Amino acid sequence: MSEGIGARVTRKEDKRFITGKGKYTDDIRMENQAYAAFVRSPHAHATVKSIDASAAEAMEGVIEVLNGAQLTGDEIGNIICGWAITSKDGSPMNMGAWSALATEKVRYVGDAVAVVIAETQALARLAAEAVEVEYDELPAVAFADKALEGGAPEIHDNAPGNLIYDWEIGEEAATDAALAGAAHVTEMEITNNRLSPNPMEPRSAVATYDESEEHYTLYTTSQNPHVARLVLSAFYNVAPEHKLRVIAPDVGGGFGSKIYIYPEEITCLWASMRTGRSVKWTSDRSEAFMTDAHGRDHVSTAKMGFDADGKIVGFKVDTIANFGAYMSLFSSAVPTYLYATLLSGQYNISNIHCNVRAVYTNTVPIDAYRGAGRPEACYAIERMMETAARELNMDPGELRRRNFIGEFPHETPVIMTYDAGDFDGNLDKALAAADVSGFAARKAEAASRGKLRGLGYSCYIEACGIAPSAAVGSLGAGVGLWESAEVRVNPVGTIEILTGSHSHGQGHETTFAQIVAERFSIPIDNVQIVHGDTDKVQFGMGTYGSRSGAVGMSAIVKAMDKVEAKVKKIAAHTLEASEDDIVIEGGEVKVAGTDKAMGWHEVGLAAYTGHNLPDGMEPGLKEGAFYDPVNFTFPAGAYICEVEVDPDTGVTEIVQFTAADDFGTIITQMIVESQVHGGVAQGIGQAMLEQVVYDDDGQLITGSYMDYTMPRADDVPFYTIEHNTTVCPNNPLGIKGCGEAGAIGAPPAVINAITDAIGTNDLQMPATPQAVWTALQSVQTPMAAE
Amino acid sequence: MPADREEIMSTVKMTVNGKSVSREVEDTTLLTEFLREDLRLTGTHVGCDTSQCGACVVHVNGRAIKSCTALAVALDGAEVTTIEGIADGQNLHPMQAAFKANHGLQCGFCTPGMIMSGIDMVNRYQAEGKALTTEAIRDELEGNICRCTGYHNIVKAIEEAAGEMSGMAKAAE
Repeated sequence: MSEGIGARVTRKEDKRFITGKGKYTDDIRMENQAYAAFVRSPHAHATVKSIDASAAEAMEGVIEVLNGAQLTGDEIGNIICGWAITSKDGSPMNMGAWSALATEKVRYVGDAVAVVIAETQALARLAAEAVEVEYDELPAVAFADKALEGGAPEIHDNAPGNLIYDWEIGEEAATDAALAGAAHVTEMEITNNRLSPNPMEPRSAVATYDESEEHYTLYTTSQNPHVARLVLSAFYNVAPEHKLRVIAPDVGGGFGSKIYIYPEEITCLWASMRTGRSVKWTSDRSEAFMTDAHGRDHVSTAKMGFDADGKIVGFKVDTIANFGAYMSLFSSAVPTYLYATLLSGQYNISNIHCNVRAVYTNTVPIDAYRGAGRPEACYAIERMMETAARELNMDPGELRRRNFIGEFPHETPVIMTYDAGDFDGNLDKALAAADVSGFAARKAEAASRGKLRGLGYSCYIEACGIAPSAAVGSLGAGVGLWESAEVRVNPVGTIEILTGSHSHGQGHETTFAQIVAERFSIPIDNVQIVHGDTDKVQFGMGTYGSRSGAVGMSAIVKAMDKVEAKVKKIAAHTLEASEDDIVIEGGEVKVAGTDKAMGWHEVGLAAYTGHNLPDGMEPGLKEGAFYDPVNFTFPAGAYICEVEVDPDTGVTEIVQFTAADDFGTIITQMIVESQVHGGVAQGIGQAMLEQVVYDDDGQLITGSYMDYTMPRADDVPFYTIEHNTTVCPNNPLGIKGCGEAGAIGAPPAVINAITDAIGTNDLQMPATPQAVWTALQSVQTPMAAE
Repeated sequence: MPADREEIMSTVKMTVNGKSVSREVEDTTLLTEFLREDLRLTGTHVGCDTSQCGACVVHVNGRAIKSCTALAVALDGAEVTTIEGIADGQNLHPMQAAFKANHGLQCGFCTPGMIMSGIDMVNRYQAEGKALTTEAIRDELEGNICRCTGYHNIVKAIEEAAGEMSGMAKAAE
């Protein structure tokens, strides 16, 4: 009967997508629309000597060519990073200026210096090639460790040595002492490879300026249109908030890369005012590779000490994080509060210290990509645990169990307070589902075919729904991280939910409708989810960090509480009963234990006619709420990967991938499981296929799908999914979040499995066939070639 | 840069989703542009510029092609079917229904190409009397990239639709 929490339903939003009726930004065509094409630097680092647009401007159909001097002349502000990090010596982070169109200097290949506005897209692109820019090339540096070396080219004047900040967390002296007294210390160099997020829909923007109203409208591929409006207004000076409407219609995936407000959106808005035309820009994939914020790119050294019983006594990590050429919106928070704070993993560790140096390089800016800091933390911990187990000659599951946190709440030495979990239970479920007890036989069978089988574990924990606002504010966040919702019950009883969360594949139109159906006992078809439009939804912080369930839905619940209270008052008044006796069930609002009832729609009608309401009650039935969580949520799980390696070629097949997750309450199981499928595929992509490659001069080598390997259907298996639920005690639905777990937990499981198979730990991501084969050569008996 | 480049226009006639269409287009117009911009059939998507992602797959004369890599003028007289043209009125094509039933889509951007490729592979395997195993489905999806689903439910959807389409083909015999 119910379509509420846990019910098996299909998605409400699917029909438009499977019939080709989705409405993405590039599908929008405004009257009087012109097209933008950007003139981009071919150099990684250069001074801009001159820009000659005369040939381009002479081309028929070119409306205007605009540059950075004009942009700054119109007082469009620099792009900012919204999270202030303080170095351990107390100095503020060194944020270099970032203009949407570079003026004196370009700092990465793809840095825009001018924009052509023309009648067609093809013409705009042709004309962009006709803009002559004279550059003086400067030495460039693409790698974070190299950028820190003495004599490296300096990218921003206010960041000596290219250092953005030098930050630490935890007690260094105590950790050093613990390591010094350890019975065994595992040491590793760990690289977390640089990735490109690659949502399948490239970024796009359509900006319109209405001169008579002095009002702008921006359609854009955004995960958080309200934040975009706030930043465009308050920091970039495009227009005051009430004169700027931002709409994120159907958005084709984000994975973090569509959180940020990029130069192109700012420029389109400004150009629409300058030209009096609607201005559209749609990225192609090559442009996406050189402008969408990249992810990861950490280089770390780590030491983990154990006592004689295999208990961890200390964990010390030194990390260099590449930030690219400019500080993107949330870049500074990723290797600090989203990374180092998770370095306790699922383990009881008394002493942890982490030092992080954030560094400029002449590459695309780096920011949050699915998982954002937590994959890097998980990879470091779980590679260390597996390696330690091998060094200590212990079962990797047993070593983990000896160190699992078993009591909650648990305070880690890196400022997190885990609220709930069952780490042994997660591992039990994973071990059973992966049939680990049968692995030895499978390995032997593979060996009989000349193949190498390996098994790898990963017990991840992450933190979702960054919060509460006061806490993140004290850590440097420029925004609050609450969420808002409005519940509008119509006179006929149908409901609109206005939410500040944004759906770009997550299925909110279904899941959010289910919690309304659960509460008010109506079909999900009678619920409409409204999101992604700053004119419709009052405010919202958007969707990232797996926050839509834990934070976004909690706001809806809070607003529904208020609606329910009013409904009960109206029903009690009408039915002449006590509010406390009113229940909502079966599509009716009833007096419990009697046959006195009103239809749900009758309550709505009563509220709006106002003919017979309790004394003093306002008519109408609409309530709003802002929800600020009291803590992060902590999804956790155990992943087990089984691989088979062909030693002759290094080709590695994932024969089974098992995920046992604890996400708290699950509303729509199908959607939650599919989030794991997609996350694990991205994790497999990071572990085995994906790598953004720059050469030493900062030229981007992987600039298209010809060079950057996206996971294909034949690269991944069917996934085995298990759930082990402990309810989150800190939000009304008990939800933890599921959007990033797969991308966080999968990479170490894959690499642990491959290194188990090949018998050497000397392997970094991505474990391509070449990398695996090369690693194998170091352990196999050398052939007598002579 | 030829600022005075000559625009060569041609008349292109096609049957698109069962309807005759005729437009004057530049010779450089790609089939994707013709469908999306001239006909405003925006269900066909563009996700890359190197013919890898498959978001733009349509059927031309009964075969799947990547419409980002075909010139409209080269397809004068062709029969083209896009994602907008496969449902029978309100009745979804079995491939569309299977994608919905199996949660074979999240953001929906790659979905039109996936569905068009799925139909094509089922038709080809059935015509050749070959079994479309899940392994074969994965191999056949080489030219379609999805970033959301991890392919699990896409493969299941195509497998289920293949069974449904096979049943329909037998019923029609």
